[in-house]
Amino acid sequence: MTRITSPAALEQFRQEAQAKRERFKMGVSVCGGTGCQAQECKDVFEAFRTAIHDGGLADTVELKLTGCHGFCEMGPLAVIHPAGIFYKRITPEDVPSIVEKSVLGDGVVEELLFENPLDGGKVAEEAAIPFYARQNRMVLGMNGKIDPQNIDDYIAQGGYAALAKALFEMEPEDIIDSVERAGLRGRGGAGFPTAMKWRSCRAAQSSDGTRYLLCNADEGDPGAYMDRSLLEGNPHAVLEGMVIGARAIGATEGYIYVRHEYPLAVENLLVALDQARLYGLLGNNILGSGLDFDVKVSVGGGAFVCGESTALMASIEGRIGEPRVKHVHTVEKGLFNKPTNLNNVETWANVPLILNEGADAYAATGTESSKGTKIFSLVGKIRNTGLVEVPMGITLKEIVYDIGGGMPEGKDFKAVQTGGPSGGCIPGSLLDTPVDFDRLVDVGSMMGSGGMIVMDEETCMVDIARYFLDFLSEESCGKCVPCREGLKQMLAIVSDIAEGEGTRDQLDLLLETAEVVRDTSLCGLGQTASNPVLSTIRYFEDEYIEHIEQRKCRAGVCRALITYTIDAELCNGCMRCLKACPSKAIAGEKKKSHSIDQQNCEKCGICFEVCEFNAVTRM
Amino acid sequence: MTKQQIPELRAVEKYGADRSFLIPILHEVQEEYHFLPEHALRNIASVMNISLVDVYGVATFFTSFSLEPKGKHLVTLCMGTACHVRNSRGLADEVSRFLGISPGETTSDMLFSLETVNCLGACALGPIAVVDGRYHGQMTASKLERVLKKTAKDEGLEK
Amino acid sequence: MSEMINLVIDGQAVEAERGWTVLEAARYYGVDIPTLCHKEGLAPYSACRLCVVEIRRGNRSQLSASCSFPVQDGIEVLTNSARVQKSRKVIIELMLASCPNSRTLQCLASKYGVTKIRYKSEDRGCVLCGLCVRVCEEQMGAGAIGFFYRGTGREVAMPFHTRDELCRECGACLYVCPVCELPCQGPLQPGELCNACLDTLQIEAFPCRE
Repeated sequence: MTRITSPAALEQFRQEAQAKRERFKMGVSVCGGTGCQAQECKDVFEAFRTAIHDGGLADTVELKLTGCHGFCEMGPLAVIHPAGIFYKRITPEDVPSIVEKSVLGDGVVEELLFENPLDGGKVAEEAAIPFYARQNRMVLGMNGKIDPQNIDDYIAQGGYAALAKALFEMEPEDIIDSVERAGLRGRGGAGFPTAMKWRSCRAAQSSDGTRYLLCNADEGDPGAYMDRSLLEGNPHAVLEGMVIGARAIGATEGYIYVRHEYPLAVENLLVALDQARLYGLLGNNILGSGLDFDVKVSVGGGAFVCGESTALMASIEGRIGEPRVKHVHTVEKGLFNKPTNLNNVETWANVPLILNEGADAYAATGTESSKGTKIFSLVGKIRNTGLVEVPMGITLKEIVYDIGGGMPEGKDFKAVQTGGPSGGCIPGSLLDTPVDFDRLVDVGSMMGSGGMIVMDEETCMVDIARYFLDFLSEESCGKCVPCREGLKQMLAIVSDIAEGEGTRDQLDLLLETAEVVRDTSLCGLGQTASNPVLSTIRYFEDEYIEHIEQRKCRAGVCRALITYTIDAELCNGCMRCLKACPSKAIAGEKKKSHSIDQQNCEKCGICFEVCEFNAVTRM
Repeated sequence: MTKQQIPELRAVEKYGADRSFLIPILHEVQEEYHFLPEHALRNIASVMNISLVDVYGVATFFTSFSLEPKGKHLVTLCMGTACHVRNSRGLADEVSRFLGISPGETTSDMLFSLETVNCLGACALGPIAVVDGRYHGQMTASKLERVLKKTAKDEGLEK
Repeated sequence: MSEMINLVIDGQAVEAERGWTVLEAARYYGVDIPTLCHKEGLAPYSACRLCVVEIRRGNRSQLSASCSFPVQDGIEVLTNSARVQKSRKVIIELMLASCPNSRTLQCLASKYGVTKIRYKSEDRGCVLCGLCVRVCEEQMGAGAIGFFYRGTGREVAMPFHTRDELCRECGACLYVCPVCELPCQGPLQPGELCNACLDTLQIEAFPCRE
């Protein structure tokens, strides 16, 4: 392969790459995201390869292992093109019949189709499945169409055209103006206007002209994996965004800071960087424009706080990920004390879209203050878990019920948690809140990077507050007093409450401490760390009071406050719970009702789960 | 021993002695030893010309580095929010009981190390367990015990 | 002459040199702001947050550590607002809960009206202010000690907890430490708040330190 040295050459290459793909009459894309890989999708992929080869179809059917399609609940999954037939939970044994029915013939394998939980009807077409139908997959859509390890696929889909435009048809100021008109705000959490950041960084003085451009892929929010899927499934979109940013800002070097927990993302990124360099889309004299810009991958060491900009930069420099005071902004003095611009993965991936579609067309989606789409990982107690990309302005209710399909097993909705450890829990009464940076802050949460964890009646809100405090006190760097000591003491108080040892005075102290931690912590981690506590007290204070005054956990989660008993009427003495009990606290004989010795019971709940006669009750 | 035979020297040679390569070098050294031995950290500090305080600081700050030897097989349980609401804590309790160690510890026969991690980013499949790099979704205590028993059996041991 | 900045501290319009911190400006004009992890001659660290003040700019207001916040034209600084007082007290109380026997902290408690530790208290013998780490590196040029681990597990030590050749046993770390000094000689048991010098007049007459 020779370098592509002009926009015309890029266009010619695109046409050739597309023509090669059009030779194929059909396509099979098997999802190869981490979720599906955990469900052995590679075996499914190999089975397709064998079936296609054995059937002599290698010249007519294009087989791809793509990035994440989003509907992880249904994995391993595959889509047959051009009909767009969606097959779920495929085993390698299913593959021959899929090939026979849907590749060789015009039919479908009924039992592997998605079943609408509302009416039990089968849905064949991917686009018609409710989970996908309500989405607007501007950014994620390409994931299902391209092989992330093949840059030709990306270019065939029109990739790097936005870069060509940025390099040859636009001045740096034009690019920043476009991003501003598009209303792009940072997708990493706080929603800072991207153009404003770019402009400050461009204007910042640099003694030797060095400017760094960083991509934050330290996706540390528990319950969020949008950035992972983008990097794994469409790394070139992120890269293209960064090179456009480099042109706009005048940056010379870039870094992508990835969590070490994401090995596949690192692998695909490194492949993408090599291919982009080979094609002349990265490195010296990009596309013959004279722009020099290269990107390195920096792998983190496992620390949530490294999502904070100064800690992230410290980590790239090989120091401990400890934030510093930001009286001088990082756009002026950041990495190695040079002007540095940091944006998150999803933000970068939005940039090529803005240039391709035009700022005004991009800004047509969304609300007054939040434009475009947002990707969420819809997880927890929800029927359709997976990644969803929705237009800004859609309500939480539409996401939870129309896309997510509501709670499984007919349970009642309790709350939806957004914004990770910096966000809050939003109750059912506020489900009409639209997805919008400012509106989510108004209700005590935040957009965050995009984790959306659904909680049902069996989720205890005191336990959730305790969970986040435990997480944050472990992840705090420990530098400043309010965050290190404050979170530790807040955790001790919430633990007391969860164990039935709490008092009303402690609840007041918890609130007082939470406010001081919010007001006085050094960095964003501490300043937002109180949100999970403050929001659960704001909306679910009655649960806290119940734990304190009645020593009751209505969700049946807090072990110190629940007891398991066996209903002698319902127990038929099957011995299942007795055998399963890890603390040997169940006594009884075959065909005689069993009983639980409360002294030895550790309340693990295994008896409750294994009993088939509903004889074990939890109170 | 030549430079090439000492993992930390090899890693420094591969990446270069610039401080910004410290974290990748530590990752690479840990791959070799399965933990970061004291002599390796001392070697790194001296060849990279960084103070030992700084090297030791980085090695203890980040959770992916271990200063204690690890077992042959690594069991990682995800404690992310999505896994938490699907009772990953209960799973951790049961696995701890089964292996006889708490998270962060290694069995006395050095066969298994148990770790928890604050989200692996495979939230749709929670609770998640990773055994030797292989992801297992929608885990239950009994499913995981089967995996661990098989791993032990492959080593010629009973668990 | 260096460039002067105009700001307001506690209602008084004052001038300060560009490059000063709010703490420096306040102290120059005799306004008292408590500090713990700050020491002249050492780099600002802004970790104890005891020196937070309220900074107002237009109708926006935030709490910031005065030891590193640079003076800026047009800001209004409140060193003793209700919000500052509340934060200060909670911070002293939090530090005391981890080092209840520190005489420096007990004196701060008395001076700022903290009469009780409402939190679970456990003497960990170190408040992680980092004075020792900075004096060792910046003033003694040794760099023998550092911060290790993180979160509640954070500690100040020498690598591998063994004496390092870089340490010359100069004792500077002990000299600056607010915890490993002689405990407060007040009338109560160690670990309880003495508050014997709650009368601030007494503190000024007989300061516990220096």
